[in-house]
Amino acid sequence: MSNLEILFSLVPRAVLDTCWMSAASSFFALFFGLPIGLLLYTTSSGNLFENAWINRPVSAIVDSIRAIPFIILAASIMPITRIVVGKAVGNEAMIFILSISAIPFYARMAELSFRNVEKDLIDTVYSMGATRFQTILEVALPEALPSLITGFTVAIIAIVAASATAGFIGAGGLGQLAISYGYQRYNPTVMTSIIFILIVLNVLIQWLGDRITRKFNHSR
Amino acid sequence: MKHFDKPLLELKNIQRLFSKTAVIDGVSFSVHREEVLGIIGRSGAGKSTLIRCINGLECIDSGQIFFETQNIAQLNDNDRRLIRRRIGMIFQNFNLLSSRRIIDNVALPLKLSGASKANRRRRALDLLDIVSLADKAAHYPVQLSGGQKQRVCIARALATNPSVLLSDEATSALDPETTQSILELLTKIKSHMGLTIILITHEMEIIRSIATRLIVLDQGRILEEGSVRDVFAQPKNETTKSLLQVILPTLPSTIAAKLNFIDGQDAIIEFHISGLEAHEPFLNKLEAETGMVARIIQGGIEYIQNEAIGRFFLAIKATDKQKLEKAYAWLAQHSDKSEIVGYV
Ligand SMILES: Nc1ncnc2c1ncn2[C@@H]1O[C@H](COP(=O)(O)OP(=O)(O)O)[C@@H](O)[C@H]1O
Ligand SMILES: [Mg+2]
Repeated sequence: MSNLEILFSLVPRAVLDTCWMSAASSFFALFFGLPIGLLLYTTSSGNLFENAWINRPVSAIVDSIRAIPFIILAASIMPITRIVVGKAVGNEAMIFILSISAIPFYARMAELSFRNVEKDLIDTVYSMGATRFQTILEVALPEALPSLITGFTVAIIAIVAASATAGFIGAGGLGQLAISYGYQRYNPTVMTSIIFILIVLNVLIQWLGDRITRKFNHSR
Repeated sequence: MKHFDKPLLELKNIQRLFSKTAVIDGVSFSVHREEVLGIIGRSGAGKSTLIRCINGLECIDSGQIFFETQNIAQLNDNDRRLIRRRIGMIFQNFNLLSSRRIIDNVALPLKLSGASKANRRRRALDLLDIVSLADKAAHYPVQLSGGQKQRVCIARALATNPSVLLSDEATSALDPETTQSILELLTKIKSHMGLTIILITHEMEIIRSIATRLIVLDQGRILEEGSVRDVFAQPKNETTKSLLQVILPTLPSTIAAKLNFIDGQDAIIEFHISGLEAHEPFLNKLEAETGMVARIIQGGIEYIQNEAIGRFFLAIKATDKQKLEKAYAWLAQHSDKSEIVGYV
């Protein structure tokens, strides 16, 4: 196949695969990471639901997963992947692995966003007679929102990068294409094109993330 | 003020510890309806902690707080929340929610208490009208000046119709002119709504212009307490005196530099006068009764709650010691304080 043929026949599919894996993993990172981040924040000392019995173990689990490099994490949770997804290779398996790796990452980022909400604001709303749930809903979440979106953008970009790495362990997408044509057969044209596409993808995500953040940020 | 009323708020022997040291150490006082209680004290005296104990932002380690005769400690969480809605608070750094429009910031306390959207909107607009900011309803806090933000905070604090407004250095971040307009607003609101105000400040001007009663706090204890008039006219405590120093006249530096403590042409006398005496032409009387003329170097008379308080530096010829002695005796007899600070 000529370079152009490769590009035209394989790249669109690879882009779709990458987008699908990243989007699904990002969704799970948000869906589970945000509540875990909120849990870490609210149960930490001096906060609304201060509780060391919850905070310490959750913290420990989150940090342990984050300490494991992505490839090693993928290999080590293979049996679990097989149970949850039914198989240990393919895009769906990768979504599971990417999510497991991204959830603690985003949980910590979300926790940080919540922490940056001024304690005085929380106090103010408390002094208005708010319940703890109202405090979270009416203050912590809306005030942290711009920062939560920025953090999520960072997480998505990290997930896209990790999904490319996942090409080494049987995921499809741009990563796999880059590895088989760029790394194994050393085809500079294909590799450069893929790098270019990855850059465009990242720039696009960052741009979109910034735009949405700005829309919700009224403090500037 | 109806003195026969039960106090609106009563603190009994409040103690608050931070890592085993008492930051509030046995404080008791009561506040009656429509009073404006000023709390002054040096930085770190415990003023903020004390005021935060009142609305439950700090828990107390011992003592009791009665609000509208209810012992707060004996209430359940829900009732305590209801009480917090009866206590509004404004802060030095405003604490507006940057994510919400002005109108929604003002309406927040109402939202928390479950008011309907239409009611919230109506009341918030009314409140913004009172603080003359109705035209900023759709703005975000970042678009407002400091003074405007504090007006929004006042509107927000009033949303749930509280009976007490707590103010912790609410004007400390504002320039003098804006401070004045905020004080005028507070005075207006106070008389319209029959509000009781407890305000912390380190600015004596503020106490002078709006407070009726004064508490001086130092190291978590009450040093002095009384009507602003009495404390300003005759501060008993050294700390109080030094806090009040800023609003006392000071000797012009050219004279202070020449001052000696032995002898000179003129004696410089610091002279404080208050009450009925201050309404008299006292310098004329001094001349008529002693034959000595006093020259005003610095000072004047101010009115605190309709009572005259005068503070002067006077110069009197010191060439004839006997006559000076006589004049000084006259002054001492007719004043709160007379003291020869030196000679020039
Ligand atoms: N959360 C806290 N933890 C420990 N110490 C505190 C805390 N809040 C206040 N303090 C201490 O209590 C004292 C009184 O503080 P504060 O009430 O803020 O004084 P003020 O408002 O009069 O300046 C200070 O010495 C301060 O360091
Ligand atoms: Mg303070």
